[in-house]
Amino acid sequence: MTQIEVTKGNKIAKDRLWNIAGMIYDQMKEGHIPYLEVSSRTKNNIVLSKHHKVWKYGDDMVTRSAKDLGGATSILRSLYTIEFIGDMIRSGKSSTLREMYYISEGWGKAKFPTQDESNRLAEDLEIITTSLREDFKLRPEEDGARVIGDLTLMEKNRKGEIKKINCKDDVGDSGYGIPYNVEEEKVKFKSINAKLIIAIETGGMFDRLVENGFDESHKALLVHLKGQPARSTRRFIKRLHGFSKLPVVLFTDGDPWSYRIYASVAYGAIKTAHISEYLATPSAQYLGITPSDIVNYDLPSDGLSDNDINALKSELTDPRFTSDRWKEEIKLQLKLKKKSEQQALAKYGLDFVTDTYLPEKLSEMSII
Amino acid sequence: MLNGGNLLDVPYAQKMAESQKEISISDFFAKNRQILGFDNPSKAMLVSVKEAVDNSLDACEEAGILPVITVKVQKADDRDKFKVTVRDNGPGIVKHQIPNVFGRLLYGSRFHAIRQSRGQQGIGISSVVLYSQLTTGKTTSVISKIGEDYPCIRMEIQINTKTNRPQIISSEVILWDQSHGTEFSCEIEGRYQKNKKQTVYEYLRSTAIVNPHVDIHFEDPDGEKFHFQKVVDKMPESAKESKPHPHGTELGVLKNMLQYTEAKKITSFLTNEFTRISPRGAHDIIEKAGIKDSVIPKKMTLENIQTMYSVLQDMKFMSPPTDCLSPIGDRLIRKGLRKEIDSKFAYTVTREPKVFRGTPFQVEAGIVYGGELPPGETVQILRFANRVPLLYQQGGCVMTHAIERINWRPYGLEQRGGKGIPAGPAVILVHIASTNVPFTSESKEAVADVDEIIDECTRALMDCGRRIRSHINKKKKLKKVSEKYTLIKEILPEIASKSSGILDRPQLPLDEVITKIMNVHVIDSGIHFHEVGEGDEKQLLTEVTIRVQNYTQKEKKFKMAVKVPNTLIQGVYPEKYIIKQGVIEWDVGPLLPARSLHLGFTLVGLDKDEYEEVEVYYSKLTGEVIGADPM
Repeated sequence: MTQIEVTKGNKIAKDRLWNIAGMIYDQMKEGHIPYLEVSSRTKNNIVLSKHHKVWKYGDDMVTRSAKDLGGATSILRSLYTIEFIGDMIRSGKSSTLREMYYISEGWGKAKFPTQDESNRLAEDLEIITTSLREDFKLRPEEDGARVIGDLTLMEKNRKGEIKKINCKDDVGDSGYGIPYNVEEEKVKFKSINAKLIIAIETGGMFDRLVENGFDESHKALLVHLKGQPARSTRRFIKRLHGFSKLPVVLFTDGDPWSYRIYASVAYGAIKTAHISEYLATPSAQYLGITPSDIVNYDLPSDGLSDNDINALKSELTDPRFTSDRWKEEIKLQLKLKKKSEQQALAKYGLDFVTDTYLPEKLSEMSII
Repeated sequence: MLNGGNLLDVPYAQKMAESQKEISISDFFAKNRQILGFDNPSKAMLVSVKEAVDNSLDACEEAGILPVITVKVQKADDRDKFKVTVRDNGPGIVKHQIPNVFGRLLYGSRFHAIRQSRGQQGIGISSVVLYSQLTTGKTTSVISKIGEDYPCIRMEIQINTKTNRPQIISSEVILWDQSHGTEFSCEIEGRYQKNKKQTVYEYLRSTAIVNPHVDIHFEDPDGEKFHFQKVVDKMPESAKESKPHPHGTELGVLKNMLQYTEAKKITSFLTNEFTRISPRGAHDIIEKAGIKDSVIPKKMTLENIQTMYSVLQDMKFMSPPTDCLSPIGDRLIRKGLRKEIDSKFAYTVTREPKVFRGTPFQVEAGIVYGGELPPGETVQILRFANRVPLLYQQGGCVMTHAIERINWRPYGLEQRGGKGIPAGPAVILVHIASTNVPFTSESKEAVADVDEIIDECTRALMDCGRRIRSHINKKKKLKKVSEKYTLIKEILPEIASKSSGILDRPQLPLDEVITKIMNVHVIDSGIHFHEVGEGDEKQLLTEVTIRVQNYTQKEKKFKMAVKVPNTLIQGVYPEKYIIKQGVIEWDVGPLLPARSLHLGFTLVGLDKDEYEEVEVYYSKLTGEVIGADPM
């Protein structure tokens, strides 16, 4: 029989979850209507942490009270989830967020109506306990993204063996896959031979840079973000930056949604602001595509949709986009009423991005 | 129900014949058929059925017979031509009057009587005969039998448009399967529309709503059969005839009255032919008008008539009596609406009679809500004048205007800009009863904007609105309560058992938390109808129970009251109560937290559905109360 591993993180998380149950029990014992308090998770309740240089939740709290059906149901769901996590820790199992959503089918009135709700509850529990969901034995079903470049790391695989991997020589064309857990106990960085880290939004552009050998010609470590990056991808970039002190740049499409990808990597996402200090890399810089690029490089473009315009306007009041540079760029885009994809650079040939655009932009940013 | 054989020994038609007088006319109407409502083929179809049905209903009711009407619309041989047949079980028409009733414009008994009736003028049915004749060239057939021992007559007639004289084409005695009644059938140019608002079907259905004592069978051109069943076996109280009021009399009518009066003096003409003119008043009138009493009314000069007319208009008289009106009654309207429209809630109101320009009138309104009614659409408006549905010119009618000017949003219906016809799962009904409904035109499709009428309509509709609001609020609150029940009965116990299970601690008592969560008084009621005994001993019992639950943390003492209808009340419990002015009032309590108690009583002699909603009121009770309104 294998020894069930209960990490220190698991144990702390379990104790904190048990405290939640204890709070609810005690409230009722004293004849009070039970309630839970969680930080309000809106754009209006994120503040810049001077210490970490990332955006964290402020002091606004939301109370889930059993006074009404919705609040009571949410408290019951929390208790079911706590019980479920306790069982997993005890039995050494873990589950994906999606599996937890399906397991709730058997929870009667506490069943989650959508997976969004179960994901959000897991995040709420993280906020209340200040633990990570990995400590709850919950993991996302999406795999992390890919990495190509001269990085050597040690990964402890599912059999408990430590494997040494070089992300240039030991991997295929798709690169090294970032696992969902990238903490020290799982992934250790050994060495890196690069001048910068480029995080790329789309797979198409990642592959273009790989095919054109940009990683070798410019000594760049390429990270594929796969759209809005998973927690593990952001954590990976954060740890890698801490390890290597190399500059991090983001290369995305030129639209409001891509700016949010940048903000989540650099400052933290609104949804996960409780763990921004684990995930965000405040020194990460935005390379492009910028609205100015659309003009300067005369890029092929699409018109902005109503949703795009609303997202841009919302970014103007987003505390993460208050710098003059961002304000100017966003206002310019609203004036242009245009957006461009990364791959619009192919207008000038397949090598344009690696031969001209990136070198020009990087030297502008004084990185090369 | 009356049976023709015995009660019609002296046929009613013979009595009616005495009052059927001749009125001079022109062939004006032959050339102006849109005035009578024959503008287009589908409308002509509707008007033809309507005139015949209205006639039948008036005749039946006048004779005290519960109407059974059969309407048949069939395709004729020619394209665009239809045969319309309307049969009733009314008193029938004596042979020599048949040509006059159907074959002469402006002929009928009702023109002179001041009384609420459907037709009000004798234009109706003869105009259909004329229309039939003008569009198809065919004759109209009338079958009539006035009693068991009388022959049944079948007559084919036409109208001579030059002389306004009926022409009898044929007359024969036939065998008929009814002991009395009339069947009218003619062929007209028309169009029959299915599934449209302004159709024969809709007209008959609406008629059935406001005439719950009428049984209507209908067969459409496709052979589809409908039956609008009667729901009451009682005739509406027949409206009394009344003399005209001086303020409600037009100059032309005054002239006519002077022509036909038997009075020899002006003062006796005034006191005999009008209501509310005393002999002293009559002397005042002729004095002011400067007319000698010795003048023979028939020979009055036009100038004198005009002077007298303006004196009559300026003088003050007592309001006319209002017992000549026959409202449907809120209960019967509710029954009618319930029968034809599937809904969750119905409220109806009958206002007190009022007067405009010497003419008595009375407004009734009703609203049904919920059920199968479509939630997002503009509400359907059902307009009636003297129990006759009005299907055209909705936008030009005082009833619509009254609806449009009310802000329905506070009452829980949608309404863009707080004006116009509201939207929501509702049907609104308005009925105006009057001895002289002020229609906007001869075709009698819309009622004019008379201030007094629009005010009455508005009041009645706002009353309906308030009821809808309290119904919707009650429903919302009850939903909240049912959510809270789920909360305290299912979710909270599970929160308690889960948390104690996780922590391995003992189960918790929850009473205190439950009263804190509810923090409300819940009052609900039930109505249970049953019959006891047989025959003469039979009793109709409506048992009402009310439960009061105290979900607060305090012991409560308060008062509760329930409105009760005017009938025998027995078995009121608990003991501490008084009954006054249609209200039972209890002293309730002390009621401990998390406890409930029951109140109740039994109403004797009410029909099923006659008492539908228990109106509960409370006072001296602080905190939220669900299911009752403050006193």
